[in-house]
Amino acid sequence: MTVILDPTDEAVPVSRQITPRSGQVSGVVGLMDIRKPRGDVLLDELERLMGERMPDIEIRRYAKPTFTKPCPDDLRAQMKAECDFVIEGLAD
Amino acid sequence: MTEVPGFELQDLDGASHAFPSVRPTLLCFVKEDCATCNLAVPLVQAMHSAFGESVNIWMISQTRDGGLILKDRHGLTLPILEDTTLKTSFVFYFDIVPAIYWCPDGASAATMFEGFVKSEWQDLNTDISAALELAPAQIDWDSLPDWRPGCGSKHLDPDIHDRLQAEADDSPIRARKIEVASADDVAEFMFDQGFSDGLPLVPPTPERVMRMLSGTRRDAQEVIAQMPPNMGEATIEKVAINAVMAGCKPEYLPVVIAAIEAVCTDEFNIHGVMATTMGASPVLVVNGPIRERIGMNSGLGALGSGNRANATIGRAVRLAIRNIGGAKPGGTDRSTLGNPMKITMCFAEWEERSPWAPLHVERGFKAEDSVVTAFAMTSGPVNIVDQESRAPDEIAGSLALGLEALFLPKYHMMPVDTLLVVCPEHIDTLLKDGEYEKSRLRDRIQEVTKRPLRDMVADDVSGAGMTRDAAAKLSAEQLDKQVPKFASSDYIHMVVAGSDAGKFSSAFHGWVTGAMGSQSVSRKIEDI
Repeated sequence: MTVILDPTDEAVPVSRQITPRSGQVSGVVGLMDIRKPRGDVLLDELERLMGERMPDIEIRRYAKPTFTKPCPDDLRAQMKAECDFVIEGLAD
Repeated sequence: MTEVPGFELQDLDGASHAFPSVRPTLLCFVKEDCATCNLAVPLVQAMHSAFGESVNIWMISQTRDGGLILKDRHGLTLPILEDTTLKTSFVFYFDIVPAIYWCPDGASAATMFEGFVKSEWQDLNTDISAALELAPAQIDWDSLPDWRPGCGSKHLDPDIHDRLQAEADDSPIRARKIEVASADDVAEFMFDQGFSDGLPLVPPTPERVMRMLSGTRRDAQEVIAQMPPNMGEATIEKVAINAVMAGCKPEYLPVVIAAIEAVCTDEFNIHGVMATTMGASPVLVVNGPIRERIGMNSGLGALGSGNRANATIGRAVRLAIRNIGGAKPGGTDRSTLGNPMKITMCFAEWEERSPWAPLHVERGFKAEDSVVTAFAMTSGPVNIVDQESRAPDEIAGSLALGLEALFLPKYHMMPVDTLLVVCPEHIDTLLKDGEYEKSRLRDRIQEVTKRPLRDMVADDVSGAGMTRDAAAKLSAEQLDKQVPKFASSDYIHMVVAGSDAGKFSSAFHGWVTGAMGSQSVSRKIEDI
């Protein structure tokens, strides 16, 4: 038998419950621009369509400082505090 | 009296013997293949015959098989304890066998010696007999030599010692131990676990990791970085494990540590560097005295294969990012094509062949500091070939034209780093008429690469560049404006490397440079 040492960070991901789905969209919906080129064009269109189809919801826009770096903690906390839903693109 | 460690060992018949003991005790550590031990063993047996009624006379063999051979060879009747794990030898920490401990109170030693000095053994015989008021053991002292050197204790064999240290109570090792069954192939196991970059790895056994940790004075549990994307804690120990897998020697470890500290800064932004579809990776340049000390290559083939330090330092950094940070191709590493720099890219600057201040001095360090500088690069090394130029400005012009390839020759005013590696023969041509400062070469690059803005507008040949709509809003005069390749000459970094023969320089091409992407970062390397 050979013993080797674990080269990884040994982190065990926390298993999280997915938020229950109510079947409808209400309250505040955040649209997060990760700052990839033309991401704003897509989100503008999404905001327009959602405004037409779901006039009762409030849409708020957010943007990361740069697509190259992880979302700052403060911005994540702000979205969590202000939004019921968030739509975010991951990449191009 | 000297305190000695306690133990519980079994003899060859499986009976347990514990120390400290209520009886006076003589301990003699031996190994079978040591000639001096074979000289001493009959003496210990004679003492057992003389004093064994009142005293524990225990021989401790460093292997079970050795104990059996000694018993047979010398007709021994004394208890032969076995220390096959060598853990008891390790905690006693003598250097030489035979090693003698006479403990009249059964717990601490009144007499300790190693090897064979006849007078010491005679004194031992006298002391025990006096303490017990018994006749001394009958030994033919005249037949024995005055002195014989002992042998190195088995627990000091390099492999065994490092394993024992890794397993000891005060071991710096905290990483999870993974037991690979003997039926499994360790190399295959590590591939299966996803530890590898695609090439075979050196198994990071505790003893190898112990040896790797000897390359730094820093605490094994010191956290040097929270490594993206998983924000894994990069401890010195975890870095050492990955350095073992990469094939590093312990003396390379300080370079690996400094490089990881550099790439895990917010400025360098290893998260973005690894994640981008463009396919970036750290390119590491090492400066200062450590280059020589650890045998790095800055000459022939510096950017290629064949030098262990160059190859394994870069690989260790990349393996750490993969295993500790969790950046894996197909996961958060989304590179469209990838590039070989994602396996390794590290080299040293040939400072002595350079007419310029070395890179680290240019960046504010002292010449005697050892420093690693990390650049986020997406392409390279891209050869720049010019075997004909004989005038300084001609060769400088060729280097400039070579750099136009960065991203796309059409693109200009690029706010993007480049790392130009100038080869010695091109340096010689640059210096033909006297000094040729880096600033002059940078200016020459900017001058030679100037093109009218209209060449950058999207057209039928290439849709890249300024949009036709944007160009339509500009006057003819504006479109005639000459723009250089780089938004500023500060984006042009230069070092010297390569063999004395060959007119081939090379360039690495950057990624998104600056606060929105990655900035090059230098870190001083720990002095050992």
